[in-house]
Amino acid sequence: MKVSVTVSLKEGILDPQGKAVEHALQSLGFNSVKGVRIGKSIEIEMDGSGNQKEAVKDMCLKLLSNPVTENFKINAEPNK
Amino acid sequence: MTTATGKARFGVVNFPGSNCEKDTLYVIEKVLKAEVDEIWHKETSLKGIDVLVLPGGFSYGDYLRCGSIAKFSPIMKPVIEFAQNGGVVIGICNGFQVLLESGLLPGALISNSSCKFICKDIFVKVERNDTPATRGIEKGAVLKIPIAHHDGNYFCDEKTLETLKANNQIVLRYCDENGNVNQEANPNGSISNIAGICNRQRNIFGLMPHPERNAEKILGNADGLAIFEALAECRTFDS
Repeated sequence: MKVSVTVSLKEGILDPQGKAVEHALQSLGFNSVKGVRIGKSIEIEMDGSGNQKEAVKDMCLKLLSNPVTENFKINAEPNK
Repeated sequence: MTTATGKARFGVVNFPGSNCEKDTLYVIEKVLKAEVDEIWHKETSLKGIDVLVLPGGFSYGDYLRCGSIAKFSPIMKPVIEFAQNGGVVIGICNGFQVLLESGLLPGALISNSSCKFICKDIFVKVERNDTPATRGIEKGAVLKIPIAHHDGNYFCDEKTLETLKANNQIVLRYCDENGNVNQEANPNGSISNIAGICNRQRNIFGLMPHPERNAEKILGNADGLAIFEALAECRTFDS
């Protein structure tokens, strides 16, 4: 079973990489671009045992995200 | 612990990907002439150490976030215990990132506002000289020390910043050569020009500049040595 986690920067946290991409898109003529934020997508292959929802949440809190600067979203929640 | 040299006994942790541990060991052993142990990250205990250094580098390749994986190295359990029991711990650059990720210091270090790796000499103002790492340095003194980082932009929420200020935990701030703390002298976008902070008890100190890289005059100036000289006077566990 595959679980996908998206880690994104909290609102208000500077994202110079996103800014650079935003400017690049605008200079390519994509004038409708109003903002770009870059995050991380993490795919986790799990064996399906135990309470996976809790386990993935725990992973996000302990390692995958930094609560000071980042939010996380568990995209494909496991069955349990 | 009292060593034959009369100076503190240092320990320098080596994580996979650390790359400033040899410079740090060199400064402590050859320049400071103090005793020092190199401690591999797989070690599970600390013995007879007065001052522990988490060195600069790219522990675990900076994967995920700088310092995020190093905080789970086996050595970190005794390091956290040592720090919580009042042991003197200094984290330089990546070591600072490890201290923040471990929760031993508040806040986080995010990407430089320029999105570039910056490697150059900068100036920092010593905001307080009653910490183990700055004792003996004049308050308000300006030190010229190199930085070398991509993620050195100190960030914390407003409440944390207020707490840092109220408790006087900001130890070093980026400034110009005359000691003016302003935006022009801020190399990486750090909130309030923060270059180094300590915990409330002052025994845990993290900084982005690399004092081990300029501890000898032959390297331009020896401003970094003052920090190691201060640390050499620390006695965590007198025996």
